[in-house]
Amino acid sequence: MAEPPDAPRRRLPSKGRGPGRRPSPRPAAPARPAFAPASAAPGGSSAAALAAAPVERGFGGGWLIVAGKELADHILSARFYVLVVVLSMAAAGAVYGAASGIQSAAGQIASQPEVLPAPFLALFTVSPQVGGQSLPSFYALIGLLGPLLGIAFGFDAVSSERSEKTLPRLLAQPIHRDDVVNGKFAAGLGAIGGILVAVVVLVAGLGLFQLGIVPTPEAVFRLAAWLVVSVIYVGLWLAFATLCSVVMRRAATAALVAIALWIVLILFGSLLAGIAANALSPLPSSPTTDEQIANSNLQEALARVSPATLYAEATGVLLDPTARSVDLLTSTQTQGAVAGVLPLDQSLLLVWPQITVLVAETSVCFAVAYISFMRQEVRA
Amino acid sequence: MADAAIRTRGLTRRYGDLLAVDRLDLEVRPGEIFGLLGPNGAGKTTTILMLLGLSEPTAGRAEVLGMDPTRRPLEIKRRVGYLPDDVGFYDGLTGRQNLRYTARLNRLEPKAAERRIGELLELVGLAGAADRPVEGYSRGMRQRLGLADTLVKDPEVAILDEPTASIDPTGVREVLALVRSLARERGVTVLLSSHLLHQVQQICDRVAIFVDGRIVAQGPMAELAERLASETLTMEVGLEAEPEVAEAALAALPGVHGVRRDERDERLWLVTGDSELRTALAGRLAERGLGVWHLRRAGDELDEIYARYFERGSRRGRGAGDGRAA
Repeated sequence: MAEPPDAPRRRLPSKGRGPGRRPSPRPAAPARPAFAPASAAPGGSSAAALAAAPVERGFGGGWLIVAGKELADHILSARFYVLVVVLSMAAAGAVYGAASGIQSAAGQIASQPEVLPAPFLALFTVSPQVGGQSLPSFYALIGLLGPLLGIAFGFDAVSSERSEKTLPRLLAQPIHRDDVVNGKFAAGLGAIGGILVAVVVLVAGLGLFQLGIVPTPEAVFRLAAWLVVSVIYVGLWLAFATLCSVVMRRAATAALVAIALWIVLILFGSLLAGIAANALSPLPSSPTTDEQIANSNLQEALARVSPATLYAEATGVLLDPTARSVDLLTSTQTQGAVAGVLPLDQSLLLVWPQITVLVAETSVCFAVAYISFMRQEVRA
Repeated sequence: MADAAIRTRGLTRRYGDLLAVDRLDLEVRPGEIFGLLGPNGAGKTTTILMLLGLSEPTAGRAEVLGMDPTRRPLEIKRRVGYLPDDVGFYDGLTGRQNLRYTARLNRLEPKAAERRIGELLELVGLAGAADRPVEGYSRGMRQRLGLADTLVKDPEVAILDEPTASIDPTGVREVLALVRSLARERGVTVLLSSHLLHQVQQICDRVAIFVDGRIVAQGPMAELAERLASETLTMEVGLEAEPEVAEAALAALPGVHGVRRDERDERLWLVTGDSELRTALAGRLAERGLGVWHLRRAGDELDEIYARYFERGSRRGRGAGDGRAA
């Protein structure tokens, strides 16, 4: 390839030519012979007058350097802004709708506070009714769109290093090989966390402004717990997308695979669980209650393989203090129960299994991505 | 001589059935420019990756600056610069930002690193383009940036994989001059691999010719040329005569085994024959009254040496291949 005519040509440094002398004393360096300067070749230049850069010792924290660079890349990337705008708009719509609904019911809430014990949280959980249609609430929306965030920051994490041919150069620097994948994952989590916090703060502000409610500390803690769970949930998709980017050569394939799984789980997750449950424990033509409960429990258990289900259950309980169970309750079980609210620790306890499984699934995805990356040849 | 900068003993790498590197014994001395020459797919890059600890040897061992790459890869990578074959950069970042990332990964002290990066960019002639995104760089500019990137860490050993591939002739001269000045003035040990022999011939102190995963010849350039030349001799001859006359006259000379036209220069003849031709050819031509306007011994050229080694090497390689398959 010819260089553009305006490309700068080499300047010939005339100074500093002389026997080689290294300004930086290096203890383990072999003796350096001081050669006479080489005869000037066409375009010849001298490397003798370079400044030495002292080294800060130690090899730890390579992942932090990688993460810093990746995070800067994310924040400056177009996809970051697109995602912030799309998520903010969707979330603002949901919360605005919910706030209007709460406002119109304000009179009822004022007379019977137990109807809506945490109006601030209701901003995030109420499905707005627009023209007789029910739109997804804020937390359902994040459950729906959150995976997109994870996929967007992960699908080309490693494959872009391959396609840009930067991987050999990167791995030839004094960092551990896992620093690359760890740093990229950390940067992705950072970007996701940043976006989620920004969106939540934005819509919370919007709701506050519209409703004029000051959130209780409990509500703020619940929101914070929900944020942590959301980051874990989106982190799971980030880990899965990173895995795709390690295993698949092309970023487009990795993105397609990740998006396909996302759509299948979101749209058909419960349907598939139902089909599987019916196949494993078929219902007779006139099932008894026990049989129905068994079938339903199996279906629930199967649906809980899907992170979308786990996330929906966990967030539903965390954001709604009146939720008391994530399982099917029969009327006999609820009979005589006194309506009331759960404190945050009880809500957390209720969905601790869901959170644990989400963390486990994230860890497994990341571990597989990590191991595949460590075992891969540098050169494909 | 001090201890070798790079030494391998029986270094072997196998991919399934393919023996990419076969019991390689290599020794690169401190401060020299060593050329690892061979056609594409000979195992050069695999060898380099093993030296950097980026690939595990199947058998044998390597030693770089006295350290084992499989045990202490970080220390080696701290002190060894590597310019990969077909080097890539982050396109969205500028040249300077790319080098800055390398400096950070090497934990260089930021202020000093910044100064060094500026000087390196000046050295490779990219000072003017340093703050433009790499996206707009030409092949040659990328290669020069790659060289600067290799030097950011102030390496004791520079391993350059095909540093002159796919850049224009001016670029090649510049890169080679820079490599030479590194070795001569800074005492950096250079191991460079190439399949373009005439390019690196000028700057290598010693070379190893690498075919099908094994070294077929190793030593200083002149020695390799001598060894081959002693067997048969090829002379380039230019005669003041019609082509038919010239060909017939040359073929009729005593001691001549073959005459063919030089493909690179139609006016020249390549005459092969006994080694005595070296001194006798001019006289014999003069006796017959043929005007000689060009007479030169061919075969000093690395290209030709290499081509001959390569022919032998691949014959042997194929034989060994058959042996492995059986």
